[in-house]
Amino acid sequence: MQADKKEILSQLKIEILPLGGLKSIRAGSDSDLGLGPVNDAFPQGHFPLGAVHEFISHEPESATASVGFIAGLIGGLMKLGGAVIWISSSKNIFPPALKMFGIEPSRIIFIQLQNEKDLLWSMEEALKCSGLAAVVGEIPEMSFTTSRRFQLAVEQSRVTGFVLRSNPRNLNANALVSRWRIQSLPSEFYDELPGIGFPRWNVELLKIRNGKPGSWQLEWAEESFRPVFENIPSIIADFERKTG
Amino acid sequence: MVRFVTIWFRSLKTDWFSIRQPALRDIPFVLAAPDHGRMIITAANNLARIEGIDTGMVVADARAIIPSLKVMNDDPGLSFRLLKSIAEWCIRYTDIVAVDLPDGIIMNVTGCAHLWGGELAYIKDINTRIKNKGYHVRATIADTLGAAWAIAHYGDRNPIIESGKQKEALLSFPPSALRLDEVVVERLHKLGLNQVKNIIYMPRSVLKRRFGNEFIKKLEQALGNEEEQILPVIPVEPWRERLPCFEPIVTATGIEIALQRLLDSICIRLQKEGIGIRKALFKGFRTDGKSVQIEIGTHRATHNVLHLYKLFEYKISTIEPAPGIEMFMIEAIKTEKVSPFQEKLWDTTTGLEDPELPVLLDKFSNRFGNSPIHRFLPAEHYIPEKSFKESNSLNEPATTTWKIERPRPVQLLNPPERIEVTAPIPDYPPMNFRWKGKLHKIKKSDGPERIEQEWWIQDGPHRDYYAVEDDEGQRYWVFRSGHYNTDIIPVWYLHGFFA
Repeated sequence: MQADKKEILSQLKIEILPLGGLKSIRAGSDSDLGLGPVNDAFPQGHFPLGAVHEFISHEPESATASVGFIAGLIGGLMKLGGAVIWISSSKNIFPPALKMFGIEPSRIIFIQLQNEKDLLWSMEEALKCSGLAAVVGEIPEMSFTTSRRFQLAVEQSRVTGFVLRSNPRNLNANALVSRWRIQSLPSEFYDELPGIGFPRWNVELLKIRNGKPGSWQLEWAEESFRPVFENIPSIIADFERKTG
Repeated sequence: MVRFVTIWFRSLKTDWFSIRQPALRDIPFVLAAPDHGRMIITAANNLARIEGIDTGMVVADARAIIPSLKVMNDDPGLSFRLLKSIAEWCIRYTDIVAVDLPDGIIMNVTGCAHLWGGELAYIKDINTRIKNKGYHVRATIADTLGAAWAIAHYGDRNPIIESGKQKEALLSFPPSALRLDEVVVERLHKLGLNQVKNIIYMPRSVLKRRFGNEFIKKLEQALGNEEEQILPVIPVEPWRERLPCFEPIVTATGIEIALQRLLDSICIRLQKEGIGIRKALFKGFRTDGKSVQIEIGTHRATHNVLHLYKLFEYKISTIEPAPGIEMFMIEAIKTEKVSPFQEKLWDTTTGLEDPELPVLLDKFSNRFGNSPIHRFLPAEHYIPEKSFKESNSLNEPATTTWKIERPRPVQLLNPPERIEVTAPIPDYPPMNFRWKGKLHKIKKSDGPERIEQEWWIQDGPHRDYYAVEDDEGQRYWVFRSGHYNTDIIPVWYLHGFFA
């Protein structure tokens, strides 16, 4: 009886998710994006695609970390083809560096606009375009209505959107599916080599609809995300075995 | 079946003067130009003609007939200017309109008259509209220009020669109806050949010997045995559609309907030819003689009605219909071949072949222009800010590869910002640096990586780059400009942030 109830509940949960705008898309394809332990936080066990995610940062360093993390996700999305629209008011992104995250920089179309209204309009139009792999918008301020428009747009088009908010004035509630904060962590070489190691971040999932927020340490190594574990020695052993 | 209309302005120049100065309507007046020291009359109005004054007379003789005759200076270029502007206005009737000096307009109206409800109504419309402006005019229609011209100048009330009947119609006209040289006409009269029917049955070889090639040509053209070319005032654009309206349009909805219809018809034509629009113009001709227009451009040639409509839609609000728009026109100014299959097959290198992407980009460029839209390709330069170049086409493939041997910062400061640095000499990475007032203690670093200026492009000191990580785990890209030198304190810059 107890088991039956549980089964019914989990079945209902799966049925409720699409009603909330979270549809499982690209069935059969690998929508894992290699996030490893972070996947447990998501309602469907993988990074929610066809939704808009929000990234908060308060200083340029943290904004860069967010860009790195997003670039890693987009690299995975772009493997299935399609272009990326990157809307921002600055010209700071350095296209060659994105190559490191598995992105083909020439497949990104940058839209650089100064006016906030134009930024929001472009973001919404881009999110409506179903042929894109992803849309990134560097938009500091966003009202609840705007966020709801974004979310409604992607529910139609199934595009994955990323909103990068650096120095937001107020962190109001919004209709986006998640809120993240990415911060740089000191990198490490496992065998104490001098110099800088792989990019390493503290990934905080502050808010996730129908999921469990959490905090993880990830690094970008060998073209994929890799969780940073406490028990480093086993990895060292693994590493040494690989390098012989 | 080709049909031509000729419009004959019986007194073009004097009519124009009468329109400009209504006082002239009730008095006889002439235009005159100096010729060999005398003033020769070049045009006379109706009242003067009734008194027996005609072109070619000397002004002094005319003054003998009417002492109060008003004489005005003629302007030799006037006829052409007037006819040209009237011809441009006549575009409403057909695409191919030409000026026929000294006093006529000719139009190829093949397949146009039925839009006005038949040839009689068509001719009537032309006559009434031009007459309302104040010109004495006679418009006629026939299979050949020559025949139409003949009945305009010499015919009776009926302005139409039915198709194939031009020979019968011409028979009773005098030879001058064939648009012949004055000398030839005089010679024909001397020979007693006073009507076309006297000439028309003669063997061509005889006529040719006596009157020359030009004569034969004119005759055959009038009969329709030889083609006659006309030079339109406005060259015919191949991709143009027009939509005249019964009532002047003043509402946005009306304009939208007109746009939709024009797009529908032009896109069907384009699709058949496999051509797409890169640039298009939507024009409205207003009843007050002015025109309003909006223009759009696309990133990739397209004949998708919905997409083109959306592009125009944003700009419809800028059209001012004022008193009303009586005709709409759409024109594809720039077209290109559409080859969707080819792109799918060959253009997989850029990965941007999704058909919705150009649609989206058109929306952007339509609203903001092309300047905010960028796509970058690798360039063969080592200086970071030059290592990528802008591409202006979605189809342009990369000519070189992205260089990823060394890590590069995700965000670049442009221009690099000055920082204060404490660094051991001569070549060690900095121990700490101060940027925007905050001190960053450096824990780890990589470098130096020396990047020289490209001397053939730009002079300047080389840069020694270091990737550094501070105690908070944030990673920066800093460089020292030039060598370490005991005399000059080297300048350090922050150039970017690593992820």
